[in-house]
Amino acid sequence: MTLSVFILVSVIKIVVALGILLTAVAYTVWLERKVVGHIQNRWGPTRVGPFGLLQPLADGVKFIFKEDLLPPHVYKPLYIAAPMIALIFALTSISVIPIGNWVTVLGIHTPLEITDVNIGLLIVLGITSLGVYGVALAGWSSNSKYSLLGGLRAGAQMVSYEISLGLSLVGVLIMAGSFNLREIVDAQSGTFWGFIPRWNIFQGQIVAFFIYLMAAYAETNRIPFDLPEAETELVAGYHTEYSAMKFAMFFMAEYANMITVACLATLLFLGGWNGPHRFGPPLLQAVLPVFWFAVKIFAFLFLYIWVRGTLPRFRYDQLMAFGWKFLLPLAIANLVITALIVALRA
Amino acid sequence: MLHLLVFSVFGLICVAGAINLLVQRHPINSALSLVVVMGSLAVEYLLLGAEFVAAVQVIVYAGAIMVLFVFVIMLLNAGVEERSKGSRVAMLFGVPGVLIGTVLVAWVLLARSGTGNVAVGALPGPPKVIGWLLFHDFLLPFEVTSVLVLIAIMGAVVLASHPGSKQPDKREG
Amino acid sequence: MVPLSYYLVLSGILFACGVTGFLIKRNIITVFMSIELMLNGVNLSFVAFAAQWHALSGQVFVFFVMVVAAAEATVGLAIIIAVYRTRETLNVDRINLLKL
Repeated sequence: MTLSVFILVSVIKIVVALGILLTAVAYTVWLERKVVGHIQNRWGPTRVGPFGLLQPLADGVKFIFKEDLLPPHVYKPLYIAAPMIALIFALTSISVIPIGNWVTVLGIHTPLEITDVNIGLLIVLGITSLGVYGVALAGWSSNSKYSLLGGLRAGAQMVSYEISLGLSLVGVLIMAGSFNLREIVDAQSGTFWGFIPRWNIFQGQIVAFFIYLMAAYAETNRIPFDLPEAETELVAGYHTEYSAMKFAMFFMAEYANMITVACLATLLFLGGWNGPHRFGPPLLQAVLPVFWFAVKIFAFLFLYIWVRGTLPRFRYDQLMAFGWKFLLPLAIANLVITALIVALRA
Repeated sequence: MLHLLVFSVFGLICVAGAINLLVQRHPINSALSLVVVMGSLAVEYLLLGAEFVAAVQVIVYAGAIMVLFVFVIMLLNAGVEERSKGSRVAMLFGVPGVLIGTVLVAWVLLARSGTGNVAVGALPGPPKVIGWLLFHDFLLPFEVTSVLVLIAIMGAVVLASHPGSKQPDKREG
Repeated sequence: MVPLSYYLVLSGILFACGVTGFLIKRNIITVFMSIELMLNGVNLSFVAFAAQWHALSGQVFVFFVMVVAAAEATVGLAIIIAVYRTRETLNVDRINLLKL
């Protein structure tokens, strides 16, 4: 593959991936409003388009045409930069996440992701760990007490839960023996006794999955751990002073992060694009892995929304105690036991 | 060619960030420029092939240590720094000294260090090999640093907790 | 191909910036950041020398430096918080008494 072809293919893939991600973000918002509405015995959005399907579009137009307020007391450079930082890091992390096998289109053999790197997981973790700057700086630069408290909470919470998140993944890494997301998925192909898939969650990593789930809720600032933006006490937390498109950027960043977390969970614990795909014509067989991947992500996002509609919010000291005194020891214990089993088996 | 281009672009960003750290009066701006320095250093590591080091640099340095700095700046609400007498003396004598030293070292390195050229990814440091080294050749230092981290954690807890204030009453949970 | 000395010069410049910051900055947090900058400069020279001698131990050393930096940052920032509590200043020139 020559350099120009490589650049062309990469640009096409970036555009397509961004398009898919932004559409997914918009429709995750729609899904959330719809599902939470039904959980609370309401209808959710119904007016714009059939089933309210055009609601995200209407919301986007509304955000664009709203007045972009710049409060007089803010620290301007960081106030403007913070939402961009949050959104950029949220969108970038999708670049190394594979959504299917290698494909050959028009004689070009290429992976179904923007780039296939052998430390993919570390890159995702690194980029998402930088996302905390957007939240923290937004809280600080807004120069308001609610924002500052929200930003402080977010900083402490995200750094604390990142440790449990990282440790919960190490068990999977030990079993796969690689940081490459593609190899981790390949290690989960096949079945036990012909019907139980060899996903990591069925290979004894169910505790790790639970830890990952909890830590992921905290990392993305979602209920039950949405203390940084707790409406009842902090107005809106770190984005209290934001409006129009800047607020929308935080909003999009949050949902993009949710999708990234769902992708990681699917790749690491739920077998990625593996699924029963041994039927149908060749074209169907080529598309099916991507379909299974999407189904798993949808299920994970649905779980997210379900939890949001069900659980109340933690108190802050409970959140910290849960993270440090329960999740972290559990993650370490899980890591030790997994390592022991792998060592004994070898 | 491309290697030199990438190296110089990120090297320049690196140096610009480092100088910005010195020029800025507000600690949060300094902290953010240090994050920029660390990010571009990660790219330099990648150019040398040290992929794992680069990833850990971003995760640990930029993603954890610097977040801690920003957090403390926010917590203490640190304002713009005031220049006082001590800094003027240091500026008069220290800065020229450091400059002369740097120029000397740079001259020695460029003119007569006898180091060769490096290609892109000169020495790949995959996680597997690094891990093997850590747990075999460097096992003792590894364990010692783990003790060091433990001590640091305990020290931080002791230092940062309010002196004299009793542990708050145990509530439920 | 890039001469290895370029990497070393970059590392030297970063270290010098760190030393300068350590000398001229008066905010204790920024002084602390300058130390981190020096450590970063040293790390780059470690990785560069690892490439020169084809010895991965140079890269392993970077991890030790990082661990020490992390430990230093936690304790250092805790000390800064403690100092701020008792003196309510972050200026290093005002923190010149061993006892209040």
